Amino acid sequence: MGINSKPVVFAVLSAAVILVGTIVTVFIPMFMPSTQPVSKFVKPYTAVELEGRDIYIREGCNNCHTQTVRPLRTEVLRYGEYSKPEEFAYDRPFLWGSRRTGPDLNRIGGKYPDSWHYRHMQSPQGMFEKSNMPPYGWLAENPLDTGYSVKKIKVLQYGYSEKEVLAQIEEYKAKVTAMDYDSKDTRDQVTPAALRGGLTEMDAMIAYLQKLGRDVKNLEAAQ
Amino acid sequence: MSEAGYDYKVVRGFAFSALFWLVIGLVVGLWIAFEMFNPALNITPWLSFGRLRVVHTNGLGLGFGLAGIFSTSYYILQRLTRTPLAFPGLAKAHLYLFNIAIALAAISLFMGMNTTREYAELEWPLDIGVVILWVMYGINVFATLIKRKEKQMYISLWYIIAMTVTIAVLYIVNNLAVPVTLFKSYSLYAGANDANVEWWYGHNIVGFIFTVPVLAMFYYFLPKATGLPIYSHRLSIISFWSLIFAYLWTGAHHLMLTPLPEWIQTVAIAFSIFLIAPSWGSVVNGYYTLQGNWDQMRSNYLVKFFILGITFYGLQTIQGPTQGLRTLNAFFHYTDWVVGHVHMGTMGWVAMIISASFYYMMPRITGNDLYSIKLANIHFWLILGGQLTWTITMWVGGIQQGAMWKATNPDGSLMYSFLDSVTSLYPYYRLRFAAGIVYFIGILIFAYNLIMTARNRKVEA
Repeated sequence: MGINSKPVVFAVLSAAVILVGTIVTVFIPMFMPSTQPVSKFVKPYTAVELEGRDIYIREGCNNCHTQTVRPLRTEVLRYGEYSKPEEFAYDRPFLWGSRRTGPDLNRIGGKYPDSWHYRHMQSPQGMFEKSNMPPYGWLAENPLDTGYSVKKIKVLQYGYSEKEVLAQIEEYKAKVTAMDYDSKDTRDQVTPAALRGGLTEMDAMIAYLQKLGRDVKNLEAAQ
Repeated sequence: MSEAGYDYKVVRGFAFSALFWLVIGLVVGLWIAFEMFNPALNITPWLSFGRLRVVHTNGLGLGFGLAGIFSTSYYILQRLTRTPLAFPGLAKAHLYLFNIAIALAAISLFMGMNTTREYAELEWPLDIGVVILWVMYGINVFATLIKRKEKQMYISLWYIIAMTVTIAVLYIVNNLAVPVTLFKSYSLYAGANDANVEWWYGHNIVGFIFTVPVLAMFYYFLPKATGLPIYSHRLSIISFWSLIFAYLWTGAHHLMLTPLPEWIQTVAIAFSIFLIAPSWGSVVNGYYTLQGNWDQMRSNYLVKFFILGITFYGLQTIQGPTQGLRTLNAFFHYTDWVVGHVHMGTMGWVAMIISASFYYMMPRITGNDLYSIKLANIHFWLILGGQLTWTITMWVGGIQQGAMWKATNPDGSLMYSFLDSVTSLYPYYRLRFAAGIVYFIGILIFAYNLIMTARNRKVEA
């Protein structure tokens, strides 16, 4: 075989061989609408939801929680309607995950009140004695850093103006710090007094979790 | 420097780097295995499962795996070309920068700088570092090949070339991202498209780090250790080209029943099944190489590692395509079954072959006899027993969890809560941890044996 004595030719040929499957199954689909469908019912994350998502990413929540409900009877029964491609149009990166040490979270939004999440994040074992989820109470001890929110939204091309981003942050802060916030007591319990007047990382995380799967409900209602 | 001016220092440096990252990666692995049934070990954010799991996978995949590949391939490259490394200074820089990069990678992951894309978790400045390291390696590979004194390139060199080219393509395409700060970026791709790119990468990075270069070691060190030529050169040619062709089509079997377009999933299933053939081409080639000489399983301590290693590779490449089938995947995906699958490949195939390769190389690059064949045998039995207990435990646990997720009452409602399925796994997690300890002791003996060999502490018989 002549090629076995020509390393450069060999390398070029290897590259060509590995590129065939790559082009067909990865490069071409990149430009097909089926891999990136959009829906007017699916809205980009707000600045606070995005910050929460980035904390979810930082803490590697995807190592134990998936975000994709498969079209299987028991799965739909357990989590809710199966996942649709258009739901993920703004997910960079995607967070579908590969292992369910904990349950799927793609339909968690609106399933429980905020107070449930505050209590659960602070002490999963307090709520479910035998749970193996790590406690995340310390997220309530970290003030939320929104210094890059404007830039992040711009990089992701979510289309919100700087003013809108700042308004989203103020609006969410007003919501969770209001006297009549429905989860006020629990939030006050888990948040140190000095931080109660502002947003914490836990606030943002819960804003994100409550967003998951909400858009799809609007989508279904319209269909 | 050896008789022919070969650069063995870098081979040795990477071998001990591999051992170091192997021990670190396993300690982290044991820690997270314990967290799975005792969450009290999530003491600080740095030690919480979500951050540690990626330290474990990256530490072993990039730290141990890549260092093992660099060590053995620098050795194989020089021996098979009968040519010293083209740029020994570059190789030395490669060794130092590699260890700095892995250390920085571990620290950044501990700190939560993590893109979440599996096996590509490093943030963009480190990605650039990895690419630079890869170029440094590639320059030496190709320059040495071009200068070579041996005209024909043996099988192992094909696999090294294919790896060098493919990893570059995979790593660059998959890690394209838009930076926000020095420590944070967003993937260039979104949603289903991002998932497709990531698992094309994720599947093939496993293929081209944990399969292709390990086959290069297998094809080189098995004949060397046994004194027997590879059974069929033609079979190795067919296996090689069909393996590297088919591998790249199969990533989407990781995305079965997700919102990814169905045709991509189906193509992936078809090519996964096809992939059994070239994989078993190498398995058969390995077995037949020993025909008539199976007594070496007893008389030659290295042969056990190679044969059990290739056997686990064979089982792995049957199990993988099978669990990729849609119906079976619906049951097994997201359970510990898959975790067991991965670890048969890494703890069985990869670690067995790298162990034997290091045992073969170390006396030859240091000029010392192996410190203890007896310890090597103990190492073998501990990692074999540890790995089998580990993986079988996870398979059984995975079947149980999959069944509990699917179980329904006569009225059609779910029989078990999710938490029921988690707590039912704790006995398996305890056994898995114990098996991990056994495996870890085997690896410590391995490291000790090689350190003593390098120090020439063999006791005269």
